[in-house]
Amino acid sequence: MKLTGAEIFIECLKREGVKTLFALPGGVVLKIFDTLYQQKDVEVILTRHEQGAGHMAEGYAKATGKAGVCLVTSGPGMTNVITALADAYMDSVPVVCFSGQVPTSLIGNDAFQEADNIGLSRPCTKYNFLVKDVNDLAATIKEAFYIATTGRPGPVLVDIPKDVSMAKADFTYPNSVSIRGYNPTVEGNKWQIKQAAEAIMKAKKPILYVGGGVVFSGASQELLELAEMTQIPVDMTLMGLGAFPGEHPLSMGMLGMHGTYQANMAMHYSDLVIAIGARFDDRVTGKVSEFCPHAKVIHVDIDPTSIRKNIHVDIPIVGDCRTVLRELNQILRATVNGEQKDLRKPWWDQIRDWQQAHPLAYHQEKEGPIKPQQVVKRLYELTKDRDPIVATDVGQHQMWAAQYFKLAKPNRWLTSGGLGTMGFGFPAAMGAQAAFRDRLVLCIAGDGSIQMNMQEMATAVLSKLPVKIIILNNGFHGMVRQWQDLFYEGRYASSNLGTTPDFVKLAEAYGAVGLRVKKVGDLDAVLKEALATDKPVIVDVPTYPYENCYPMIPAGGCNHEMILEDPPELKMKQSGGDKVTPEDKDTVLTA
Amino acid sequence: MEHIISVTVENKFGVLSRVAGLFSGRGFNIESLSVAPTLDPSMSQMTIVTSGDERIIEQIVKQLNKLIDVIKVVDLNETEFVSRETAIIKVHTKDVDRAEALRIVDIFRANVIDSTPTTYTIEVSGDPKKIEAIINLLQPLGIKELVRTGRVAVAREPVRQAAVQAKKIARE
Ligand SMILES: Cc1cc2nc3c(=O)[nH]c(=O)nc-3n(C[C@H](O)[C@H](O)[C@H](O)COP(=O)(O)OP(=O)(O)OC[C@H]3O[C@@H](n4cnc5c(N)ncnc54)[C@H](O)[C@@H]3O)c2cc1C
Ligand SMILES: Cc1ncc(C[n+]2csc(CCOP(=O)(O)OP(=O)(O)O)c2C)c(N)n1
Ligand SMILES: [Mg+2]
Repeated sequence: MKLTGAEIFIECLKREGVKTLFALPGGVVLKIFDTLYQQKDVEVILTRHEQGAGHMAEGYAKATGKAGVCLVTSGPGMTNVITALADAYMDSVPVVCFSGQVPTSLIGNDAFQEADNIGLSRPCTKYNFLVKDVNDLAATIKEAFYIATTGRPGPVLVDIPKDVSMAKADFTYPNSVSIRGYNPTVEGNKWQIKQAAEAIMKAKKPILYVGGGVVFSGASQELLELAEMTQIPVDMTLMGLGAFPGEHPLSMGMLGMHGTYQANMAMHYSDLVIAIGARFDDRVTGKVSEFCPHAKVIHVDIDPTSIRKNIHVDIPIVGDCRTVLRELNQILRATVNGEQKDLRKPWWDQIRDWQQAHPLAYHQEKEGPIKPQQVVKRLYELTKDRDPIVATDVGQHQMWAAQYFKLAKPNRWLTSGGLGTMGFGFPAAMGAQAAFRDRLVLCIAGDGSIQMNMQEMATAVLSKLPVKIIILNNGFHGMVRQWQDLFYEGRYASSNLGTTPDFVKLAEAYGAVGLRVKKVGDLDAVLKEALATDKPVIVDVPTYPYENCYPMIPAGGCNHEMILEDPPELKMKQSGGDKVTPEDKDTVLTA
Repeated sequence: MEHIISVTVENKFGVLSRVAGLFSGRGFNIESLSVAPTLDPSMSQMTIVTSGDERIIEQIVKQLNKLIDVIKVVDLNETEFVSRETAIIKVHTKDVDRAEALRIVDIFRANVIDSTPTTYTIEVSGDPKKIEAIINLLQPLGIKELVRTGRVAVAREPVRQAAVQAKKIARE
């Protein structure tokens, strides 16, 4: 029996185990929507903007480890989803995006709502396909899922012209895929792995630098074994948070621009950097010429282009983290003895000194303005037993979330690192909630960022996605204001938001729940109330507007040269004039 | 340093733009690029002349390999190779210069492939130095148009292997 292109599309999604599709209709995809309307296997979540659909697919993918899928129409539908594709590309998120296209006979004619979807998406997808013949559709979709989810994951676009979705063909779904130009290396080179093991045994000041690759490859267990067996401290990138338990004594927390003091110092002074599934981003290396000056570098990555892109590597290992770590652990298990602990004692003494010298710190006064760190810390403490999924937007609040929300497990952390896309958090949280209806999904948002995809609140209400949004409302593009205070003499060019909507009323206008924390004493009660609600909630938390995020390595600075607190001129400025004065010194909290 | 990179790709729509986009998007330099189908019509062979330090060339090779439509990448500078380029040069010749033009053609073992009373169209192939040299000599006569193919290159067969092959062929 012959099926239409639209039916083939749905059959393929079913074969790939896709249960949820984030989508927004339009002329050229009406046939597909009409066919979706008449079936029950794939749930369609109607978003209010295609960017939202794209980020939801990302959130779904990050939380499940499977491909997230979205469907958009031609022209403006396609251009709207580009930001999400670019985001997924930078952060290696497996997303399969289907776009509608004008009928094949009209392609290139400047037809109504035509855009060059292939050209537009080429630099922000891992691969893209234009399906010109319905007979190729099934095999193409199979390849799209395969490419998106294997090797270094990434977004793939499948462009389907209107006539292809209407034409009929026999349906057979291929069992396997073979693409001669695409064979990701999974097994690491055995000799190199042996070299790595030897270097680890010899090192006196080794550090594990782990990133998103550990999460993608599901290598947390192997990482834990490696770290515990060898007593090596673990630095995580922003994308690697959750790959290693944040509360573990070997965890140094996040490294990089806003990483912890100990994480950056340990990196800078180490004699062996063991990079696993991390890509030496400039927010981590700082000034490349002075990055880890004393260290040998081992780099495990599935993508050969990540290796030696930014820094010199002594022992490159191309392969999947999990596979390589298993092999490495096996060698180490046979060689490691009790001596590692003694050998590394001076190193650990040093690290503990760093930890004690400059732990993450902030001051919350009992009656004073609410500090953003305090909000994240309490949110963490109130929810950690519920194993929540945490999404963030982009800005200071994102960094405080990274510092104070200590994740125990992978796939709980949804954040935009590479592209740094404001507006990512809320739709990503919804995507994760759509995958796990019963789990607690939090979104730590900024008052600026949340307004970039606020429209999706309608989707959350309609599709019953009870995400809990906590807005750290500082009235500013806070991250921008911080840079202006530190590097532009406090001239707040376009960083003061001036006016923000009443987020409580806004939530209510959408049919969601809006709550506000009026003073720090109410924080717990309001958060608890939000957590107990089974609807989408916005918790508006007005926070101290001039709080800055530290430690901070200025862009292009060296990793051991961190700014740890407001410079004196800034403190003076903040304590004068119309700004809030920190007077009550009763309560000094450190985390 | 200049490198010649030989890239075998799928012969299908959009591949050239992926390769070109890779170079422009990452700020790599393309001096010349030539493409044509191979014996197997499902594949094309590209010869890319580029330049950069060791680290950049390593990235270029890796990034090319990462493209899904790329089947094989060889940095020819890692072996011995031979390369050729063809140029077609249309020279405006006054009567007095026509003999000189033919003399130059002769010296460079080039060919005249078209002629009119006032022009010669000359085809020359060789390594870039040779092409530069003939252009320099023809320039005073008046070059009207010049097109160059960009280089194509192939690795030299290792001598031992070539000998074995020759024997095999002789035996057959
Ligand atoms: C405001 C802001 C501030 C930031 N500050 C910081 C900061 O202080 N610290 C910080 O770390 N980041 C920070 N970032 C994020 C930063 O920009 C990068 O996104 C991040 O450092 C990259 O993380 P990663 O190295 O883990 O790489 P990812 O982007 O997660 O890439 C993963 C790597 O693993 C590889 N890989 C994938 N799958 C596998 C597999 N199966 N096996 C092996 N390897 C695999 C990939 O090829 C890739 O090289 C910030 C971002 C923003 C927006
Ligand atoms: C789409 C987009 N535009 C601009 C930026 C630049 N930018 C980075 S952080 C930031 C401010 C974010 O403000 P807010 O969401 O309120 O977070 P805060 O820093 O105040 O916590 C801006 C404008 C960005 N990252 N993304
Ligand atoms: Mg803000």
